[in-house]
Amino acid sequence: MEKRDFHVIAETGIHARPATLLVQTASKFNSDINLEYKGKSVNLKSIMGVMSLGVGQGADVSISADGADEADAIAAIAETMKKEGLSE
Amino acid sequence: MVDKVSVKDLAQATHLSVFSGKEFLANKFVTVSDISRPGLELTGYFNFYPEERIQLFGMTEISFSKNMTSDERFVVMSQMARPETPMFLVSRNLPAPKEMIEAATKHKIPVLGSKLPTTRLSSLLTEYLDRQLAERRSIHGVLVDIYGVGVMITGDSGVGKSETALELVKRGHRLIADDRVDVYQQDEQTIVGEAPAILKHLLEIRGLGIIDVMNLFGAGAVREETPIDLIVHLENWSADRNYDRLGSGEQYQSVFDVDIPKITVPVKVGRNLAIIIEVAAMNFRAKSMGYDATKVFEKNLNELIQQNEANDENQPTT
Repeated sequence: MEKRDFHVIAETGIHARPATLLVQTASKFNSDINLEYKGKSVNLKSIMGVMSLGVGQGADVSISADGADEADAIAAIAETMKKEGLSE
Repeated sequence: MVDKVSVKDLAQATHLSVFSGKEFLANKFVTVSDISRPGLELTGYFNFYPEERIQLFGMTEISFSKNMTSDERFVVMSQMARPETPMFLVSRNLPAPKEMIEAATKHKIPVLGSKLPTTRLSSLLTEYLDRQLAERRSIHGVLVDIYGVGVMITGDSGVGKSETALELVKRGHRLIADDRVDVYQQDEQTIVGEAPAILKHLLEIRGLGIIDVMNLFGAGAVREETPIDLIVHLENWSADRNYDRLGSGEQYQSVFDVDIPKITVPVKVGRNLAIIIEVAAMNFRAKSMGYDATKVFEKNLNELIQQNEANDENQPTT
C-alpha cells in the first residue's frame, strides 16, 4: 500500500472541475484508491463521493492506493494535484 | 432542396378558393416568398413590377379599381398578367373584378380568393412559402419527440439508433424520421427536422426489416416534424475517452447557423439507451425551465467547501 499526504492550496478547494480531473486520473489505474479527509474515506474513482467531502483550501487530505500499480497511481495523482494547482 | 411550390399545393395548404383557371393550378409555381400588393401598378406605374410574386388584392386595391373604367381595368390587369406571375389573389371574401378574371384567363393565370383579412393572409402565405422554399439538408440520424423535446439521435451505423427509437416509441414517444432526417432553418434559433416523404413513419430494424410505426403503434406514435432541441450522439464505449461526468461541459453541433446543444452518450452492454435518452430529454426540459441540477449542486458544493474551511480555521492547530 502506497500513501501520501497533500495540503490543499487551491483557493476554491476541490470543487467540481478538479474533482473530475482527479477521478479521471485515478480511473486509469487498477489499484483501489481512496481519499481521506477528516476521518472520512471515499473511493477516488467515484466523482460524487469525492465531491461529497467538500474539501476546501487549507485542508489536509491523504490519498492511498493499494494494488499492483499503486506507486504509479500515487505519482500520477500527485502530478495532477500539482498541475491543477491543488497542492504543491 | 425545394425551389418552387405549385399554386395547387399552396391553395390547398392555405385554404384558398378558386375563382378561375383551375386547370392552371398545377402548372403555376411560386418561387419567392415575398408577396406583392399591386397598388401603384393599378395607376399604370410598372417600373420595378415584381412579376414573379403572388399579386395580392385587398380592400384598398379592389376599391381603387372600382373607380377605373372597365377598359382601364382590363388593360392594367392584362399588363400585370406576365408569364412568370403565379396567381392573382383576392382577400376578405371580396369578389374578383370580371376584367381581372378575363385578363388572367387570357394569360393562363389562376385567380384565387380567401376569406382572411389581407395582412393575415399575407403573413400566412409568407410563412408557408418560407418553410417550403427553405434550403434543406439531410442528416444521418433518428429524430424523436420525447415529452415535447425534439431529440436527434446520431452515431455510426449499427450503434443502435433505430433500436433505441423503437424502444422510445414503445415507451409512448413519437417518431419523426429514421435514418435520414431532412432539416431546414425556420428562423434564427430554430432548426426543424422532418422525414423525406418516402420514409415517413418507417423504421428499419436489422433482422426485422421495415416497420410501419403508424400502422403498428397508431397515430399517436408519429409526428410530421419537430424543432430539433437536442442532439444525442451515441458512440461505442472507449476506455481512453473521458465522458462528461457532471453535465457541465457544454457541447454544441451547428446545423446551418444554429448551435444545437449536444451530449455524447457511450454505448455499452447493459446500458438502457432509451431510458438514458428519455432522462436527457427531461433534464433538458428542466434546464430550459430554469432548473439546472449541475449548477445547483456546484453552488451547494462551494458552500460546503467554504463551511469546511471556516471550521478548519477555528480549530487550534495541533
